[in-house]
Amino acid sequence: MAISNATLAGLTRTQLLEMHYMMSLLRRFEEKSAEEYTRGKIGGFMHLYIGQEAVGVGSITNLLPEDRVLSSYREHGHAILKGMEPRVVMAELFGKSTGCSKGKGGSMHMWSNELGVYGGNGIVAAQLPMAAGLAFAAQYQGLNNVTMCFFGDGAVDEGAFHESLNLASLWKLPVVYMCENNQYSMGMAVAKAWAVDSLMPRAAAYNMPGEQVDGMDVIAVYEAALRAVERARNGEGPTLLEIKTYRFRGHSMTDPAYYRTREEEHEWRNTRDPIGIFEKRLQEQGIATQAEFDQNDARATQVAEDAADFAENSPDPAPAELFTGVMVDNSTALSFRRERE
Amino acid sequence: MRTITYRDALREAIREEMLRDERVFILGEDIAGYGGTYAVSKGLFEEFGEKRVRDTPLAEEVITGAAIGAALGGLRPILELMTVNFSLLASDQIINSAAKFHYMFGGQPQIPLVIRMPGGGGAQRGAQHSQMLETMYAHVPGLKVVTPATPYDVKGMLKSAVRDPNPVLFIEHELLYNIKGDVPDEGVEYTVPLDRGEVKRAGQHITIITFSRMLHVTMQAAEDLAKEGIDAEVIDLRCIRPIDIDLLVDSVKKTNRVVIAEEGWKYYGTGQGLAALIYEFAFDYLDAPIQHVHGADVPMPYSKSLERLAMPNKDAIVKAAKAIVPAVLAHT
Ligand SMILES: Cc1ncc(C[n+]2csc(CCOP(=O)(O)OP(=O)(O)O)c2C)c(N)n1
Ligand SMILES: [Mg+2]
Repeated sequence: MAISNATLAGLTRTQLLEMHYMMSLLRRFEEKSAEEYTRGKIGGFMHLYIGQEAVGVGSITNLLPEDRVLSSYREHGHAILKGMEPRVVMAELFGKSTGCSKGKGGSMHMWSNELGVYGGNGIVAAQLPMAAGLAFAAQYQGLNNVTMCFFGDGAVDEGAFHESLNLASLWKLPVVYMCENNQYSMGMAVAKAWAVDSLMPRAAAYNMPGEQVDGMDVIAVYEAALRAVERARNGEGPTLLEIKTYRFRGHSMTDPAYYRTREEEHEWRNTRDPIGIFEKRLQEQGIATQAEFDQNDARATQVAEDAADFAENSPDPAPAELFTGVMVDNSTALSFRRERE
Repeated sequence: MRTITYRDALREAIREEMLRDERVFILGEDIAGYGGTYAVSKGLFEEFGEKRVRDTPLAEEVITGAAIGAALGGLRPILELMTVNFSLLASDQIINSAAKFHYMFGGQPQIPLVIRMPGGGGAQRGAQHSQMLETMYAHVPGLKVVTPATPYDVKGMLKSAVRDPNPVLFIEHELLYNIKGDVPDEGVEYTVPLDRGEVKRAGQHITIITFSRMLHVTMQAAEDLAKEGIDAEVIDLRCIRPIDIDLLVDSVKKTNRVVIAEEGWKYYGTGQGLAALIYEFAFDYLDAPIQHVHGADVPMPYSKSLERLAMPNKDAIVKAAKAIVPAVLAHT
């Protein structure tokens, strides 16, 4: 097929192919993580991003290095997209000293000061108030950076969601609230948890613009996030985006997902896969070829493999690490060190 | 008697109380459709229906406040908070409302509410999902705080908790749900009081006081000690508030030596509180300083190798006991 130099949403062919690669990478990375979990190399709770790749890729593509991202425990993808090396994320999953949080955090707790990855929070909705605060810090210091905060549909039920939106709107903070509505919070279907069927009345209630976006269409996410990021960067205040998506796997590694039907899952996987949808579109518009997708996918698979090798061959944290870093100055509960001998 | 799991014993207690009293209902996140995060409520939705088994939105503060309101309104709610870690979002309602209303309003309102929630570490769940927070709640007057460790106790104590006129925080442990133990046959009614500890192993040389999952670790430690001629008495506190101080003092009078073993943090916690009480009420009977085995004074690390170091274990209990039992005593 002839390759035109057509563009989509103002993105170049190179950018579009990079977005495709990132989606493939998140998919392969998570599949590898699942495999390593089954092998017992990863423990605790682990929540995969499979099915939701278009949300992270479409939105974080709009961010600059100095921008910030906050997320929930379903954050491997957000961390990688904000620039974290997959091997560093995988090492954290393995609990190794080379992990981004030195193996102390685990799957739910990715962090990087340099990259602006501000967690990785295991408490539902805890990141929303902090995102407002980070955005406030930027506004206060006259910095031009934007804070992007990811959370699930379940987080909307918490008081913290409402309190955060009100504050962000009141103070016109440069923050983008990204609700990844994957239709379930654990086993609770959105329809059973929300008194309204959309976030738009909530955006209106806090006097901020809101948009509902098809989260399986990476370009739609990109465009909506671009508008929101520009508003924030121009000092026009926060935006609430409700991105409709679906997680293809259970809530966490141990969830057999009895609360929904296999038919429903198949329907989404077979007809609404964000990677498949993007590939079809790129092909139909003559922007890229199957061979290029295959190449991206092979590279993604290789990077995921390499990440697992790196993690496997990294050392465990030294035993002395147990007591370091509780306090910034390593002070302890007692004013002398006797305790830890 | 039969042997059943802690999880099944809990479910039986809930079910029997629901059958006994129309006012009893259960609510919580993912207790119906999902069957309960730890499968405790499995099957109850099918049996009792939506009116009495209520899935709630993901909102700890409102469901706790609503459960308090329901109790004020004449119901007997059993609220499941997914874990104690998330109870922190509800702690305002628990501490500022549930614990205070009866006193603050001159003895008028009663809040017969049970809040069930598991705590604890040991499964690599990281710092925000591995806490033991019974200490925090036990500090507060106006609450009962209990930590059953066996299937027998968990069933009998849940029944007592439902019938109790006070707010009861019923703290389970994530690693206890699958343990098995003897429980009377179905239909044989029994309860276990909410203010009595129990001697789970009688002994003469040393008293080891513990609760929750650490009971099982302590029983193993006692076996090890026995092989070395040290006869340990193991006391399962079962309730953190109120504390069965008489039971502790009686034991100390006999053994004159105490080890306290808990999973939680050291400072200002349950263990230190118990030690202070024993010094207060039984100082003259002590022949050695009280030893304290506890979790490392750090947020729980995820890495398996570090988590293992952070959790108190059997060897630590054995070591603490041997430190205060003189060799001449062992073998007597
Ligand atoms: C305050 C709090 N309550 C409960 C939990 C347990 N929990 C973890 S994830 C989750 C569901 C959240 O769903 P949602 O916000 O839709 O995010 P998703 O998992 O779908 O990405 C629950 C109930 C928690 N971690 N924190
Ligand atoms: Mg969700």
